[in-house]
Amino acid sequence: MRFLPLVLANLRRHKWRSVLTTLSVALALFLFASLRSVVTTLDANSRFGAANRMIVQNATGIVFPLPMSYAARLQATPGVEAVTWANWFGGRYGDGKRFFANFAVDPESYLRMYPEMVIPEDQKQAFIRERTAAVVGKRLLEVFGWRVGQDVTLQGTIFPGDWTFTIRGVYTPSNRSIGDDAMMFHYDYLYERFQNRVTPGWFVLRIADPGRSATVAKTIDDGFRNSSDPTKTGTERAFQAGFMTMWGNVRLLMGTIGTAVVFAILMVTGNAMMMSARERTGEVAVLKTIGFTDRTLFVLVMIEAALIAGTGAFMGLGGARALYGLADTNVLGFLPGFHVSDGTLVFGSGIAVLLAVASGVVPAWRAARLPVVQALRKVE
Amino acid sequence: MALVEIRDVHKSFQRDTQKIDVFTGLDIDFAEGSFTALMGPSGSGKSTLLNLVAGLDRPTQGTIAVAGSPVSAMRASELAPWRAQHVGFVFQSYNLLPVLTASQNVELPLLLAPLSKKDRQERVKLALDIVGLGDRADHFPRQLSGGQEQRVSIARAIVADPTLILLDEPTGQLDGKSSQEVLALLQRLNAEFKKTIIMVTHDAHAAEKAKTTLHLEKGDLIEKRPSGAMAAL
Repeated sequence: MRFLPLVLANLRRHKWRSVLTTLSVALALFLFASLRSVVTTLDANSRFGAANRMIVQNATGIVFPLPMSYAARLQATPGVEAVTWANWFGGRYGDGKRFFANFAVDPESYLRMYPEMVIPEDQKQAFIRERTAAVVGKRLLEVFGWRVGQDVTLQGTIFPGDWTFTIRGVYTPSNRSIGDDAMMFHYDYLYERFQNRVTPGWFVLRIADPGRSATVAKTIDDGFRNSSDPTKTGTERAFQAGFMTMWGNVRLLMGTIGTAVVFAILMVTGNAMMMSARERTGEVAVLKTIGFTDRTLFVLVMIEAALIAGTGAFMGLGGARALYGLADTNVLGFLPGFHVSDGTLVFGSGIAVLLAVASGVVPAWRAARLPVVQALRKVE
Repeated sequence: MALVEIRDVHKSFQRDTQKIDVFTGLDIDFAEGSFTALMGPSGSGKSTLLNLVAGLDRPTQGTIAVAGSPVSAMRASELAPWRAQHVGFVFQSYNLLPVLTASQNVELPLLLAPLSKKDRQERVKLALDIVGLGDRADHFPRQLSGGQEQRVSIARAIVADPTLILLDEPTGQLDGKSSQEVLALLQRLNAEFKKTIIMVTHDAHAAEKAKTTLHLEKGDLIEKRPSGAMAAL
């Protein structure tokens, strides 16, 4: 502690250089935390899927629909307890700047399938009864300032035209796999206006025994193998995990960018520390003359590097955690539960420690090994 | 009684392929409580001698002892704490840390001693009062004149109450008035506080303020005589 004023004074020597170096570390670790959180949130969400739910999608890809007639055959499959279906609507609201997911669903069977969507009973019944009714997530209601009973008009993109729905219910998810900023409305309403073009986008099954999911999946896919629309069936968890692949190799991309950012900042910080140490060659010689040991000088330079990296880490990692926590970020509805995990904070702190060591060790070593007589000759 | 004993000291430097001998068997004693001016032309070995006595450099051969401590035989890890305790060093260009105030600069040697903050502050205040800069404690070096900076540098050298004060051209960058103030201060430190002082200087007027003047030439002690003012006493 007694050396702290000396360390702080050295950091104040070139105030703006210290501030900018610290900010660059903060920005790098903020970006690192943000990028890694995309991966960890996707990973976490993929683990949240219920073990007893399965998704049946077109084998060609999720964007290709399946015939409605499949519902009855799926229901008849051994081991399947319940079936529901949904269709991606892709409507926009207002200026369209705030994206949110909106689906056409079969209300009764869908809500039975997803008990995690908690809706007051009276609102649930109102939604089921009225063909143009919709339920929305709690956050969506808050974001747009909607209220129950209000008419909301979406502009269709896949299904053109203005679509007006009456909000009859608000759901609150009981786990993080269900985002709280989606809208669901009646599949029948969509079907009425686009009979020739609407079939389910995917089916959701509830199975009796999660341990037999592989058998159920094989039975279903084998049954539709020679049809015009072969299916691909998997557990909801696998579906969620597969959703990640729609983003491309997110892990590699995020990892590469994150590493590049951290490496670049290592260069910047290292360069700043080297410049700072080089400028102080004479002062280091003076301190040695006064009686500072090589070890003390090594530690002092390392503390400087640690303060820069530590302050940057606190600002960057803490800032990311606070920002995403306070803003309740959801990344356009694709990443419900987006947050900076404790693991990311630990990982980021580890990077900060490495950054401090890597940027400080060379100037610290040089300060410690500085031949005092030659250095004094230069300053005298 | 000799505080500093230099016996058969050889010192040579290697410059490219050429070996340069600075000292070849130097023997000098500096008595406790002495105030010695080291004079001589450039390259005569004055600063090298100062560095050897301070343990900043090592003799190629021979021994140097300060207050009985075999400086020339100490390991580097022993020398630094020894220096902090026993040697105060004053440079020609002051070499104060520009980011620290006068009091913080003076406090530097005390950071290495097991003292409380209160004790350190008391000693710093005393040292600054001795050099007449008690009212400049919170000033940064850039806010001080050259003479004041050198006096802060002297306060830093004496704050740990060292046995020996070594000065390398302390008045080399000062005007006449400031030089006189600094030299008067050194005389006071020697007379009143019984500090042993070795001062390298080119300035004959400065040397006159010392009790003894040694002349070095090409590494040899060619003359040792009482300084003018002292001799006249």
